[in-house]
Amino acid sequence: MDFPLLIGIFPQVLLDGLILGFMYALIALGYTMVYGVLEFINFAHSEIFVVGAFVGVEILLTLQAAGLLEIFSPFLVLLVVLLLGMLASGLLAVTVERVAYRPLRGAPRLIPLISAIGVSFFLQDAVRLVESIWRNAFNLVYPTMDTLNIRYSFTETLDVSVKSLVVIVASLLMLWGLHALVNRTKIGKAIRAVAEDQATASLMGINVNRMISLTFLIGGAMGGAAGVLFGVQYSLINPYTGFIPGLKAFTAAVLGGIGNIPGAMLGGLVLGLLEAFAASYLSLLTGGAFGAEYKDIFAFSILILILIFRPKGLLGEVVRERA
Amino acid sequence: MITSLLSRPVPATILVIALLGITAYAVSHFPRSIVAFMLFQASILLLYFASMPAWLKGLLTAGALGVLMPVVGSINGYYLEIAIQVGIFVALALGLNIVVGLAGLLDLGYVAFFAVGAYTWAIFGSPQANQIFGGSAFPVPPAWFFVFLLLGVGVAASAGILLGLPVLRLHGDYLAIVTLGFGEVIRVLANNLDKPINFTNGPKGITPISRPPIFFDPALRALGIDPNPNVVYPLYLYFLVLLIVGVTILVNRRVEDSHVGRAWEAIREDQTAAQAMGVPLVRMKLMAFACGASFAGAVGVLFSAKQVFINPESFTFMESIGVLAMVILGGMGSIPGAILGATVVTVLNLQVLKGLSLWLNELRNAGVTIFGWSLANLPTQLEPAKYERMVFGLILVLMMIFRPQGILPAQRRHRELRDAAARPEN
Repeated sequence: MDFPLLIGIFPQVLLDGLILGFMYALIALGYTMVYGVLEFINFAHSEIFVVGAFVGVEILLTLQAAGLLEIFSPFLVLLVVLLLGMLASGLLAVTVERVAYRPLRGAPRLIPLISAIGVSFFLQDAVRLVESIWRNAFNLVYPTMDTLNIRYSFTETLDVSVKSLVVIVASLLMLWGLHALVNRTKIGKAIRAVAEDQATASLMGINVNRMISLTFLIGGAMGGAAGVLFGVQYSLINPYTGFIPGLKAFTAAVLGGIGNIPGAMLGGLVLGLLEAFAASYLSLLTGGAFGAEYKDIFAFSILILILIFRPKGLLGEVVRERA
Repeated sequence: MITSLLSRPVPATILVIALLGITAYAVSHFPRSIVAFMLFQASILLLYFASMPAWLKGLLTAGALGVLMPVVGSINGYYLEIAIQVGIFVALALGLNIVVGLAGLLDLGYVAFFAVGAYTWAIFGSPQANQIFGGSAFPVPPAWFFVFLLLGVGVAASAGILLGLPVLRLHGDYLAIVTLGFGEVIRVLANNLDKPINFTNGPKGITPISRPPIFFDPALRALGIDPNPNVVYPLYLYFLVLLIVGVTILVNRRVEDSHVGRAWEAIREDQTAAQAMGVPLVRMKLMAFACGASFAGAVGVLFSAKQVFINPESFTFMESIGVLAMVILGGMGSIPGAILGATVVTVLNLQVLKGLSLWLNELRNAGVTIFGWSLANLPTQLEPAKYERMVFGLILVLMMIFRPQGILPAQRRHRELRDAAARPEN
């Protein structure tokens, strides 16, 4: 076994894992917030994430076509793209809730879940349809921005690109912002009250439906932000990109304790790191017999193990059994 | 008017026989006409609704499926291919119907069991197994296909139990996600188990897979029929599918009103109450899983023999959702519903969407202009045949919102949903 190599790639793998982890954390927030309020897995959240990525790529490609991409500061452009992506995804999430979930509230539990799966499939092809008509292509590539691709080499095996730093800083800011919103504002208090007990919250004068919409808006916006950052980091997107990250992010939410916001952040980071290490080290440690392809299996095994041995997750409360 | 006609036995019988005859004639004389074939299927559906003595109904169904369809199919093999596909999906939908419809366990990785069955025969019914065991003893003789049909049932059922044991303690939506994960795991394994030992040949897939032997070959020769494999095989596979569908329906019907079936429905309605009444939860859920899986396994074996070639692409999450959409469309827990759902969805995908694609292509090539806009400018990526997901998605959402009990609801399920709707919001 090549120990110097194993140790040498460690910092790079750590960095990759962190970036992946922040991505999962941002997506996981959408699952966990909705679950906290409605006890329902918003299966379509992975498509909300993809729509954010597509809004981002459309804006960037339009700017590029108009020759404006080089004129403005890339950070300013990125900020605008991020905000618009968040807005689009947030509004889409609210619409989906209004159209496909609200009519089913109070129905047996599997009914809204099946509807959510339907929405997910519908949105995948809807994105493809729109892009096929609009661009005659649905595998899109984020335009490169030179400033973002500058790399700083720290050691022989670790170099950090500006965009990685941007992704990390943006994720941290958003996670902090959400934490503050939920814990320090009146709106956050109302959302927590609805999650705790809808009937009582409504007796206290909280508009439950509005708070549920708001939850979808915030969760969707976080997903949209993750979509834009995903595009910036990994460049290649298509309408079906969201499925696997969505599943992983759900795993992260369960890992951290579903319904628990800090839990989703922690779960995302843990899963991202585990996955990055599995992807890099599995093949080195098994002499190439099991390669990086098995990282997905790794994540699902974690999901199954967590659900069996600690269903409440790392930070979670006890999951209530409801027939 | 049609409903009143259908409710009286004599006119109903005449109407149905006439329709079957006309549509079958139309199908055999208009090759590739989607409308004619759909009308033929619609007349079989009418047969289901018509009121007539049970023996007559059975006779007519047997005539339509056992005589008319093969005759039409031997004139135009394209329809036989579609009928075989429909049959495969009917059997899959009936299997999933046990898990989702009767026991109320949402299985999003159902296609994994189908894959297990398919790979069981694919590996041993092709030279692939030599890669595992060495030598050149494989493929096994084609006659073993029938043994593997049973073996596929066993292997898939064991896979169901193995998956079920750890996860069946989970409830509702968690179970759904874990089964989804299991489906993906099976696909990833099929994709990557070409090393260190080559089990599945990875993404390249396995070929050639043996087809079942034509054991009745001497009989055909004795009757003076030329046993040309190109003609015989599609018909042979069609009857095999029909046989499997028949067995599936029989088992479904027998199980539904057995004590096991009632236990499943009790679990679906209220798990806690069922447990209090002495229903052994885990055992019953395991049985549902194994039962549903075993059908998928048998169909998988047949599928790999029919395709001669399989690769992991046939066993994606989309297939699982497709089968789920069939069950939901027809009505959860309803046998006729599952059959109808599978037929409608398969025909929609194989014929209607493909037909639309062809039509769009023709428009493109013809370069017709509408209001000065040339249709030759239609985006080439716009291919309706590729939009299966949208169809599945729309079916799922619309059915859940407007008719959660399905098109042909099961009686008990129907009542349950109506009562749930009447219950005040909690």
